[in-house]
Amino acid sequence: MPIYVKDRQIVVPGEAIGEQGKIKIEGHVFRIGKKYYSKVLGVVTINEDAKVLRVIPLKGKYFPVEGHTVIGKIIDVGFTSWDVDINSPYTAVLPVSEVTSKPVTISRTDLSKILDVGDLILAKIVSFDLNKDPVLTIKESKLGKIPRGVLVEIPPQKIPRIIGKKGSMISMIKEMLGVELIVGQNGRIVIVGEDPYKVELAVLTIRKIESEAHTTGLTDRIKKFIEERLRT
Amino acid sequence: MSEERIYLPSIKRDVILASLAKGERLDGRKFDQYREIRLEKGIVGKAEGSARVYIGSTQVIAGVKLSIGNPFPDTPNEGVQIVNAELSPLASPLFEWGPPGEEDIELARVIDRGLRSARTVDLSKLVIIPGTKVWTLYIDIYPLDHDGNIIDAAGLAALLALLDTKVPKTTVDSGKITVLEEKEPLPVTNLVIYVTVAKIDEYLILDPTLEEELAADAKITFGVTEKGEICAIQKSGEGSFKPEEVLKARDLAINASKQLFEAVKKTVGLADMPQQAQQA
Amino acid sequence: MKKTPPERLIDENGRRIDGRLPDEMRPLRIEAGVLKNADGSAYVELGNNKVIAAAYGPREVVPRHEALPDRAVFRCRYTMLPFSVDERKSPQPSRREVELSKVIREALAPAIFLQEYPRTAIEVYINIIQADGGTRTASIIAGAVALADAGISMRDLVAAIAVGKIGDILVLDINGLEDQFGDGDMPIAMMPSRGEITLLQADGVYTPQQIEEAIKLAQKAIQKIYAEQVRALKSKYEAIKESE
Repeated sequence: MPIYVKDRQIVVPGEAIGEQGKIKIEGHVFRIGKKYYSKVLGVVTINEDAKVLRVIPLKGKYFPVEGHTVIGKIIDVGFTSWDVDINSPYTAVLPVSEVTSKPVTISRTDLSKILDVGDLILAKIVSFDLNKDPVLTIKESKLGKIPRGVLVEIPPQKIPRIIGKKGSMISMIKEMLGVELIVGQNGRIVIVGEDPYKVELAVLTIRKIESEAHTTGLTDRIKKFIEERLRT
Repeated sequence: MSEERIYLPSIKRDVILASLAKGERLDGRKFDQYREIRLEKGIVGKAEGSARVYIGSTQVIAGVKLSIGNPFPDTPNEGVQIVNAELSPLASPLFEWGPPGEEDIELARVIDRGLRSARTVDLSKLVIIPGTKVWTLYIDIYPLDHDGNIIDAAGLAALLALLDTKVPKTTVDSGKITVLEEKEPLPVTNLVIYVTVAKIDEYLILDPTLEEELAADAKITFGVTEKGEICAIQKSGEGSFKPEEVLKARDLAINASKQLFEAVKKTVGLADMPQQAQQA
Repeated sequence: MKKTPPERLIDENGRRIDGRLPDEMRPLRIEAGVLKNADGSAYVELGNNKVIAAAYGPREVVPRHEALPDRAVFRCRYTMLPFSVDERKSPQPSRREVELSKVIREALAPAIFLQEYPRTAIEVYINIIQADGGTRTASIIAGAVALADAGISMRDLVAAIAVGKIGDILVLDINGLEDQFGDGDMPIAMMPSRGEITLLQADGVYTPQQIEEAIKLAQKAIQKIYAEQVRALKSKYEAIKESE
C-alpha cells in the first residue's frame, strides 16, 4: 500500500498519489484500479493522526456548498428575489422570503430599498444541487447587509489559512491591527476598520497569506510581517 | 453550417455497446463492414466533373468546376486546387444555417490535404501561360443526407468527380487565351480513398452510422493510396486513442480501402487497366 | 517576401538546417501564471514560436441557452496575431485557424473532467505571437498548462510535438522551413501519464511502418515536454517553500 507523495508536496493533474490502505486518500483525486491520482494542481496534506491524505487545489472557483457562509454581491433586483454574485460559476438567488419574516408587498421598488445592486451581504447557502442555482438566506443572526468595509478576494481554497487552526490566524490579525474581518467561505473577506493604514496593512497581510498558504510556519511569519510594518 | 452538438440518449449508447460486445452492430454488420455503396459519375452536365455517392443512406454529391486564374505566388507553374464543403441543413437537422462552421472547414481541408499529399491531380499539367495563367480547380462537396460517415462518402465523391473531369484544351496567341471546344481528361493519378474508423469504448468500427458516430468517443480518418500508404490522418472528437488502437485503425483502413478502390475503378472503367503511374 | 527553398534540408552529416539531428527537439521554455486576469495562463517558447494561452472558467455560459445540463461547455480559440508571420496575416479568422481551434479543443477536452462542471463554460484562448512551425503543438502545451494553472480538474496534462519527413527520414519538431519545404507533417498530442493520443493529423505520404515509428519518436519527446510542463506549474509554489 505505497504512498508516493510527501506532506506539503505540490502535485499536478494526473500525478500518482498512491494506493489507499492504512491511510485514506481524499480530496481532489480520482482512482483507476487501486491507484489514486491528483485531479488538480494542488498540495498534499497528510494528517498522520487521523490517517488521512488530502489533495487540495491551490487555486479554483468557489463551488457552492449547502450550509456555507458566503459574502455575496447583489447584481440584479427582481420582483420577488435578488440575483447574487458569490464568486462562483453559479449565480445565487436570494428570495425575498429569506430576507425577512415580515410579509412584504411585492414590488420592485420596495426590494431595491432593502438591497440594491452593488450591496454586499453575508449570507448562508440554503440549498444547491447541480440542476438549480444556489439559494441564499440572510434571515439568521449575524447575516445581512455589510454596510461598509474593504472587499478582498482570494481563492476559496485559502480561506482556511486565513482563519487558521482554531481561528488562531484571524484572531491574531484582528488583535494586532484592531480591525474586524468578515470572512466568506467563497474566498471573500471584508475588512472593517477606522484606521485606513491598518486596513491597508490587513489587505497586504491577507495577500501574503494567499501567496504562502501552502507553506509551514506561516503564523509566525505573518506575526513578524505585521510587527515590522506597525513599527514604521 | 456548423454541426449542432446533440447527445445520444445514454440508453441508446448502452444498446449499441451491448450489441458490440456480442460482436455485432445494430444493423447486423461486422465491425469492418461497409454499408451498401452506390457510385454515380457525370450526373451534373454543367459541371466539368461530378459524382454522387451513397453509403447506406448517407448521400454526398461533388462537382468540379474549372476557371482560368492566377497561380499562387510560390507555385507559379502549378494549377490551383481549392476544396470546399458545406454541411447544409438540407442534409440533416443537426446542421445549422449559416457561414461555414468548423466541421465544414475540417472536412474540406482534410480531403484537400490527402489529395495534395498524394498528388492525385498533377497540378503542373494545369498551366496555361507559365507563371501567369493557370486552371483553378474547384472541388465542391455537398452532403445531401447525413446518416454517418460523411467523410468517406465525400472522399469517394470528390475522387470520382475528379476522374469524371474533362479539361478544355486551350491555345495561347500573344498572351490571349482561347478556350477550345475540345476537352481532355483531367490528369488524375495516385488515387486516394478515405476510411474513417470510429471508437466506441474499446471497439473500433468502420463506416459508422449517424447513431454510432454520436455514440463514438472519437474518430480517426486515414487517407490511403493504392500502394497502401497513408497520405492523410485526422483524429476528431473529444475522446482519445491508445497508440495500439491507432495502429489497428491504420490496418483496418488500409484493408478496407482495397474494396473501395475496386468499386471506384469499376465505376470509371479502370478495372481492367494497369495501375496508373505512381509518383512519390 | 517569398522564401527561397534551402538547397537541402539535411546535410551529409545528418544535420538539419538549424544544426539539429533528426531526433532532436528545439529549445522549450514554459512559464505558468503569466496573466493577471485569466483564471489560468501559460507562455510557451518552442524554438522561435512564441505562444500565450489563457484559460477562463468554469464560469457562466454565454449565451445561456448553450449551457449543457450535465457538463461544461468547452471552447477553444486559436488566433495568429497579424505580425506573427512573414507576410502579415489578416485579423479575419482564416479557415486554418478555424480547423486548428477545433483540433486543439479536441486535443485538450479528453483531459478535462467536464462532467464536474455542469452548466458552466471553460474557455481557452491561444494567441500566436510569433510562428515558426509547430504552433498547434506549442498551443496545446500552453493550453494544458493554463487549464491546470486555473485549478480545473484534469485527468492528466496534454503535451504535443510534430514529427515531419524529409525524404524518407522522420524528423522531430519541424520548424517553419522544414514544414514548408519538407515532405510531411504529423502533429501528435498525448496525455503523457495515461498514454492516450488526443490529437493526430498528418499530411505527406507515409508507409504504415513510418506511422508507428513517428508515434514512438513523438512519445519520447512528449515525456520531456511533460517534465517541463510539470516544472513550470510547480516552480511558482516550490520557490516560496524553499524560502521558508
